[in-house]
Amino acid sequence: MQKFTQLNGLVAPLDRANVDTDLIIPKQFLKSIKRTGFGPNLFDELRYLDEGFPGQDVTNRPLNQDFVLNKPRYQNSEVLLSRANFGCGSSREHAPWALVDYGFRAIIAPSFADIFFNNAPKNGLLLIQLDDAIIDRLFNEVEATEGYRLLVDLPAQTVTTPSGEVLSFEMDQFRKHCLIEGLDDIGLTLKDAADIKAYEEARAKVTPWIFA
Amino acid sequence: MAQTLYDKLWDAHLVKQRDDGTALIYIDRHLLHEVTSPQAFEGLRLAGRKPWRISANLATPDHNVPTTVKERAQGVSGIEDETSRIQVQTLDDNCEEFGITEFKINDPRQGIVHVVGPEQGATLPGMTLVCGDSHTATHGAFAALAHGVGTSEVEHVLATQCLIQRKMKNLLIQVDGKLQKGVTAKDIVLAVIGEIGTAGGTGYAMEFAGSAIADLSMEGRMTICNMAIEAGARVGLVGCDQTTIDYVEGRPFAPKGKDWDMAVEWWKTLHSDADAKFDKVVKLDAAAIEPQVSWGTSPEMVGSVNSLVPDPAKAGDENLRKSWESALKYMGLKANQAITDIKLDRVFIGSCTNSRIEDLRAAAEVAKGRKVSPTLMQALVVPGSGLVKKQAEDEGLDKIFIEAGFEWREPGCSMCLAMNADKLGQGEHCASTSNRNFEGRQGYGGRTHLVSPAMAAAAAIAGHFVDVREWS
Repeated sequence: MQKFTQLNGLVAPLDRANVDTDLIIPKQFLKSIKRTGFGPNLFDELRYLDEGFPGQDVTNRPLNQDFVLNKPRYQNSEVLLSRANFGCGSSREHAPWALVDYGFRAIIAPSFADIFFNNAPKNGLLLIQLDDAIIDRLFNEVEATEGYRLLVDLPAQTVTTPSGEVLSFEMDQFRKHCLIEGLDDIGLTLKDAADIKAYEEARAKVTPWIFA
Repeated sequence: MAQTLYDKLWDAHLVKQRDDGTALIYIDRHLLHEVTSPQAFEGLRLAGRKPWRISANLATPDHNVPTTVKERAQGVSGIEDETSRIQVQTLDDNCEEFGITEFKINDPRQGIVHVVGPEQGATLPGMTLVCGDSHTATHGAFAALAHGVGTSEVEHVLATQCLIQRKMKNLLIQVDGKLQKGVTAKDIVLAVIGEIGTAGGTGYAMEFAGSAIADLSMEGRMTICNMAIEAGARVGLVGCDQTTIDYVEGRPFAPKGKDWDMAVEWWKTLHSDADAKFDKVVKLDAAAIEPQVSWGTSPEMVGSVNSLVPDPAKAGDENLRKSWESALKYMGLKANQAITDIKLDRVFIGSCTNSRIEDLRAAAEVAKGRKVSPTLMQALVVPGSGLVKKQAEDEGLDKIFIEAGFEWREPGCSMCLAMNADKLGQGEHCASTSNRNFEGRQGYGGRTHLVSPAMAAAAAIAGHFVDVREWS
């Protein structure tokens, strides 16, 4: 997994609440058996004016010029700013895969849906939760300033705006550690293999049918 | 100390509490399907890892499988869409390689994973159960701690039989009173989502209780827990009672003999204690719930069949106004239009929410002796599993549907998410018994209206939404 420490990234504003994972990556692209290659189809139904198909060359597809990620000023953005309940709906991890494959490293929103919140950091994608009022202000600043970048510092748990304002965010310490070190949590859990075996032995006496 | 059901299930599966606030939680049952597992198996192979406890796993293909007899006849090799075929084949190959039990495409036990688990008794009270699918919340109807996970966690469970978790908060949805005739579990859960919103349950385990829930069959309870995720809660729960135990008894994977007696003794304790403390409580009067129809592009955009499409000008705040406006534009609806005036192009009865025998009976009762409106392009009935299909055929339901003009299909997820050939065309309106009305969910540009099976059947006959209570 890609490590995350600091990032000074261009910000793209997606002004929409309840962005669901079907919207992030539509179902037809879930037929892939790989973890990569979803970037060209991120937000497929918003980004293009036609229906997309897996394996298709996207370069000749008609673009929806009104969609934020198609605007020249937001090309190569690495931070996505959005609204409440981002990532709701389906548990598809293809959503964070697509966001990362496109080039996003961090998402800033007032709140995230639970399953997406779990899935994203396992792919090196940092989720930053900030208050609604701050998010409103960031939307105004991003839209008013071309080339607007935010400096994200994960160890310090801060986001610094171009004017030098420092915004702090909360972060689960375990997730923070895994992101900074780029750790695989399976390896970490397997260090507790003896505890898992002990649990199974004890539990097999109480609920033997589970282990039959 | 008094505990909620969630607290009890959490404690029973706690392997280790870590200093950083996370906990290692043991997973009893893991269900797999073809869409979210291939990358997890690949991860195991790359790391040289083996599944921790093979017998915990049960697999079946559901999302991609075709539902016509013709396309199903040749098994996997007959799936016309190449990418779908490869994905289903990959599940077969992975299950073969790792020794995991799988109900393959034309096995009579194949079906939607959330129908198959309970039907087989692979879902049991007191279990922790996960699957790479958000509708895993369904299994909470059995007083099991069940939730959806992403593919990294599918791999984590395969490799370690555990998940790293933080404890959620407790939310109680208390529904008391008697439902009106024609109003069902689906209407209860849609009304709940309408009440608390699509993020109302975020961060909570959501328990449903009260006399209206106790009165429901297991099928009804599954419908309700299935859609907890649509209210933001990963986990839906209903306490165990005699209805639960009666449903489980005798199923293939259920305990037998001495184990059964031991299990039942424990299962009877699997409900929230009378004085258990919930972080939040929401109360609904069952008698006041009317048949629900969603009008927008989020399950919270829902109301009574007798209501009007809301007016964005009357939305409480600016963000809500924008959401409503954008939803109405996508759905091709006008503010203040009557829900009953929405003309339909297709009807879909199926999905992990509503494709069990009781759902098909409810739809058949409405369809019996009537005809699907000639204005409709298609009305589909897709049973949740091969066994549901067989039972429905034994009861003659297939004939009722076919005579009425519905298509009777093979089991799978089908038009709920349109990964197979069953999908909506651009701009088409569909009365659907599924769980999500997101943009493009049932097909590019498709417009979904979520309803109960009885409401969907009535809409198919009328060609537009009608209040099914007036038909009984």
